[in-house]
Amino acid sequence: MTMTETITMAHGSGGQATGELIAGIFAEEFDNEILNQMEDSAVVPGSSRIALTTDSFVVTPLEYRGGNIGRLSVCGTVNDLLMRGATPKYLTAGFILQEGLSTELLRRVVHAMAETAREAGVQIVAGDTKVIDAEKSRGGMMINTAGVGFVPEGLEIGASGARDGDAILVSGNMGDHHAAILSERMQIDTDIQSDNAPLGEMVQALIAAGVKVHVLRDITRGGLGTVLKELAEACGLVFTLESDAVPVSPRVRDFCGLLGLDPMYMGNEGKLTAIVDGADAEKALAVIRASRYGADAAIIGRVTTAEKSEGGRPGDLLMRTPVGGMRRMDVLQGEGLPRIC
Amino acid sequence: MNLEDIRKYLAAYDGPEMQIMEVCGSHTAAIAKNGIPAMLSPKIRLISGPGCPVCVTPTAYVDRAIELAETPGTCLVTFGDLIRVPGSRTTLSAARGEGARVEMVYSPLDTLLLAEKHPDTAFVFAAVGFETTAPAYALLMQQITEKKITNVRLLTAMKTMPPVIDALCRGGAPVQGFLAPGHVSVVTGSRAFVPLAERYQIPFAVAGFTGEEILAAVYGIVRSYGRGRVMNFYPRVVTEEGNIRAQELISRYFVPCRAAWRGLGAIEGSGLMLRPEYAAYDAGSDGLDDDSGANRACRCGDVLTGRIRPVDCPLFGKVCTPMSPKGACMVSQEGSCFTWLSNGRRE
Repeated sequence: MTMTETITMAHGSGGQATGELIAGIFAEEFDNEILNQMEDSAVVPGSSRIALTTDSFVVTPLEYRGGNIGRLSVCGTVNDLLMRGATPKYLTAGFILQEGLSTELLRRVVHAMAETAREAGVQIVAGDTKVIDAEKSRGGMMINTAGVGFVPEGLEIGASGARDGDAILVSGNMGDHHAAILSERMQIDTDIQSDNAPLGEMVQALIAAGVKVHVLRDITRGGLGTVLKELAEACGLVFTLESDAVPVSPRVRDFCGLLGLDPMYMGNEGKLTAIVDGADAEKALAVIRASRYGADAAIIGRVTTAEKSEGGRPGDLLMRTPVGGMRRMDVLQGEGLPRIC
Repeated sequence: MNLEDIRKYLAAYDGPEMQIMEVCGSHTAAIAKNGIPAMLSPKIRLISGPGCPVCVTPTAYVDRAIELAETPGTCLVTFGDLIRVPGSRTTLSAARGEGARVEMVYSPLDTLLLAEKHPDTAFVFAAVGFETTAPAYALLMQQITEKKITNVRLLTAMKTMPPVIDALCRGGAPVQGFLAPGHVSVVTGSRAFVPLAERYQIPFAVAGFTGEEILAAVYGIVRSYGRGRVMNFYPRVVTEEGNIRAQELISRYFVPCRAAWRGLGAIEGSGLMLRPEYAAYDAGSDGLDDDSGANRACRCGDVLTGRIRPVDCPLFGKVCTPMSPKGACMVSQEGSCFTWLSNGRRE
């Protein structure tokens, strides 16, 4: 069976070409017992507490330093499941392909999905493919993944769980994914790599070590500033960060300086923030640093009541600046366009 | 003086009240990001002047840019900031949604690639900016003329800093010191501010963009209350005479002209336009002075001249937000309203 070099409308027809595409690429890469049955829906073993989520991926370019849309589409959904303390189990994958997409590119994307799924310990058990005609631009693709995870009885991790005295940690450097994508788009020559990664090992290790984890969030679009401001509002307490403690690689710092961007508002695809009981802060830091993708983790701030904070009101996110000032931060406003002067 | 001593001095300052104006959008943003206002004695107030190039651009210019973008066969090329700035009836962004041709680029020279790829399209670059960006427009002109490119023109709203500071002082703006713009000074040199300092007996401090550099410059200004002097707190980057090559490049293609500023009206000699011999490359930049905004309650003009703080505008944070800006100061990330709102600045 030979595939054509690019995807054509026939690959979305449901006929022979679709069959070839599924057999030649998807089944070969995703290969597992449940998917191989090729039924209309997947029937899988369950749990009494299920976490369920979905996410769509429309990134351009499709491939970038450190990953591609395939790896991203698994990491994004797997990480969303993990942030509720769930163990990710199953994914579905929906592909919307544009006419003219390179078949080799599709294969690389699907291969990355399969590899990342193996790393994350999930099976891709159902899928769908559509081909759309290329009205404006040719050769693109979009992926939707939905995921199911099992949540252990008694484990409660959610957005409003932060308490007075908690410590705020991040699992590594801020802004790598955003900077990698932007530099590709702007054809700026850097070696900044995307951080897209599944964070299962880290989360499972935190829970296994008995760290009292109150909140977990992956720091994606909108960046750390947006995520923490939302979490501060959700619990009505004040989060106070030390700007010197927020980890940013020197390369990303330079890149941001050049374009007038703020790493606090740049997206990541393999970083989380954990809000843990203050007494467990050092233990949590050691566990995250010892896990895969957690080497640059840091304790960046504390949660207090408004009265105990330095001039904060309930729901405020404050950051002590290098010169000792206090910056009050809001969610990301606007689109993060580079400055003009 | 080390940082700690400067901090203590500025927090405890009890001399005459001072309003210090910054006239550079990057300073506006850096002041908020470093949390500097709350570190100062209530007797020292930092106010934002006309330092964001997009913010000072009058609505007539935006209207003209939209008109060009809507003209069949014409494509307007711009930096990102301009596309959401309200003109008198709409924005470039909204016009694009309805079929106008607008391309966003990161460098003016990207226009040449577009022009080469689409020889049948007339490209117009929206040349907005201060002395900092002017050399890039001069380089674009150099390429256009040397390569004899016929399908690129400029719509200029270029501004120069010393004449507008002069106009502010002449008009009695309540300012006792200026943070002189770091990036602009790279081109103009610190000496560009000497005549103003002497004429109005006001201290100027050229400042960098870290918190420490800004605090040092504020300290220098406060210590120089009432004295006409220019201090350079950014000597690793800014020299007294500036970048002579850039200055020459600018004057090869552009000459000073009358220019309209939002909130200030037209000021003689405060802009740059193409030299008469290059007039054929101009896309109708002359006379775009009208600044009757879409929203009459918008007080960008008063914000830009230090008469009110962003929080004093009745629209601020209510109907005017970064998602739905009514005035230019809320659009640009370097605009004072945007910076105040997104950093929760209240004083």
